[in-house]
Amino acid sequence: MVEKLEAEEKAYTLYHPRWFRPRVSTYWWLGRWPYLKFILRELSSIFVAWTVVLMLLAIASVERGPQAWAHFLAFMRNPLMVAINVIGFLFVVFHTVTWFNLTPHAMVVRVRGKRVPGLMLSGPNYVLWIAISAVVAWLLMR
Amino acid sequence: MPRRMSSEGFFWTLFSAGGVVAALLIPVHLFLFGLAFPLGWIDPPSHAKIAGLIAHPLTRLYLFVLCSLPLFHWAHRFRYTLYDGLQIKHLNEVIFFLCYGGAIAGTAIAAYLLWNIG
Repeated sequence: MVEKLEAEEKAYTLYHPRWFRPRVSTYWWLGRWPYLKFILRELSSIFVAWTVVLMLLAIASVERGPQAWAHFLAFMRNPLMVAINVIGFLFVVFHTVTWFNLTPHAMVVRVRGKRVPGLMLSGPNYVLWIAISAVVAWLLMR
Repeated sequence: MPRRMSSEGFFWTLFSAGGVVAALLIPVHLFLFGLAFPLGWIDPPSHAKIAGLIAHPLTRLYLFVLCSLPLFHWAHRFRYTLYDGLQIKHLNEVIFFLCYGGAIAGTAIAAYLLWNIG
């Protein structure tokens, strides 16, 4: 029964007008800054993963002993690595800023019927970010 | 597609948690290990010191979170970048398994490394 109905529907679509679906260029995101910003933000995730890989290499080298640790530090001094990390650092900071600035959009807080300004919501994130970064740096520099 | 819809929420939660961890923790690590130590702005810790730091259970827990959740954040974003940016949605399954497979592999490596310390 169902099959028969489907068959009838298919027969009907023979006369269905073609959907209007214009072909979108693969480079659609190059045209306008908001689109480009979106793609750059998404690409920041590559450098997030890159940093994780570097940290795994660091942990593995520490485990293998002083020589491996020295070797890891020397590997990180490679100019190509430094160049990648300069670009990567800009991207991961871009992720942090865009992520924090999303908070007021994702979460609308009202106090006595008035909407709390975005900076009041994203501001604490920045304070927390700086505090945590300082603690991590302090632990490694001590 | 309907089969995947049910797991979408789970992956989105991992993406979101990973985004928070990445935003708060990743920049300082890349700054120190990728720029400050190699360029000599800050003296890198000696092996004894960093080994002592890693030996602490709380550091290991911290490093596990630092390594695992951001990878799932990456998997989600990279998957959709490939879908939308390059419009290769027809490779849906392949991309899905490569991205989340990568995140799971990274998490397993982190767990293995951090478990064996001591």
